[in-house]
Amino acid sequence: MRAKVEVFLKPGVLDVQGKAIEGALHGLGFAEVDHVRVGKTISFDLGDGADRGAAEARVKAMCDGLLANAVIESYRVEIA
Amino acid sequence: MKAAVVVFPGSNCDRDCAVAVERSTGAKPKMVWHAETELEKGVDLIVLPGGFSYGDYLRCGAMASQSPVMREVKAAADRGVAVVGICNGFQVLCEAGMLPGALLRNEKLKYICKQVALDVVNAQTRFTAAYAGKRQVMMTVGNGEGNYFADEATLDRLEGQGQVVFRYRDNPNGSMRAIAGIVSERGNVLGMMPHPDRAFEEELGSSDGAVLFQSVAASA
Repeated sequence: MRAKVEVFLKPGVLDVQGKAIEGALHGLGFAEVDHVRVGKTISFDLGDGADRGAAEARVKAMCDGLLANAVIESYRVEIA
Repeated sequence: MKAAVVVFPGSNCDRDCAVAVERSTGAKPKMVWHAETELEKGVDLIVLPGGFSYGDYLRCGAMASQSPVMREVKAAADRGVAVVGICNGFQVLCEAGMLPGALLRNEKLKYICKQVALDVVNAQTRFTAAYAGKRQVMMTVGNGEGNYFADEATLDRLEGQGQVVFRYRDNPNGSMRAIAGIVSERGNVLGMMPHPDRAFEEELGSSDGAVLFQSVAASA
């Protein structure tokens, strides 16, 4: 099993990188671009032992403990 | 006073902090490597220095907040020991849940390194008592992620309870309510982005930082 964790700044938290990228895209003529948000993806192997539900619960615990900061970030977990 | 300076891999103000504490108070701090599981008995002040602990990987301060020594720092803070986190140290304290909020990328994306004027908002903490009526102090900031963020309810609580200790006179980085430094509810944990360790004698442009360490020494 492989886990994929996506971490984004929460809505309402200023994403200055997103803003800078948005400005640059506008400069390139992509005027339709709006609300750019920059996040990160963290992926890792989990072995094949555990069942999917248990694995997901453990990855969520990893997110709460280290991978995301709940004050400013939200996350999404995918197990494949 | 017994002082300790924690050294994380990537700390780069650890020596500055040690020199600042010693020249300001006469106490020679013990350097404590992040992997240690014990702090000196009877320690009065623990300094978490600036720098780029763990290369700022994942989030500034995130990895350092999980270091073995941080369990001891938390336990000491729970006993009422004074803890000050400066710059990256402030980020570590927020990541460790010892102070509310978080530090975001600076509003204009720039790394800002300059002298800043600060208002001493609360001069009744053990870190600021020695400022005694001095309302404005000068220190320097040097950071790319010093933009203090917390939700509105938390900000109201911080202000209502006198936990905002330093405020920028001219907000350099977009920090909410121009917050430059806060203390914990109990008042013994201080986090601040400006560097008192770079302002401990006039030759450095300001000696206002020395007063902070002297305040702690006086309360020890």
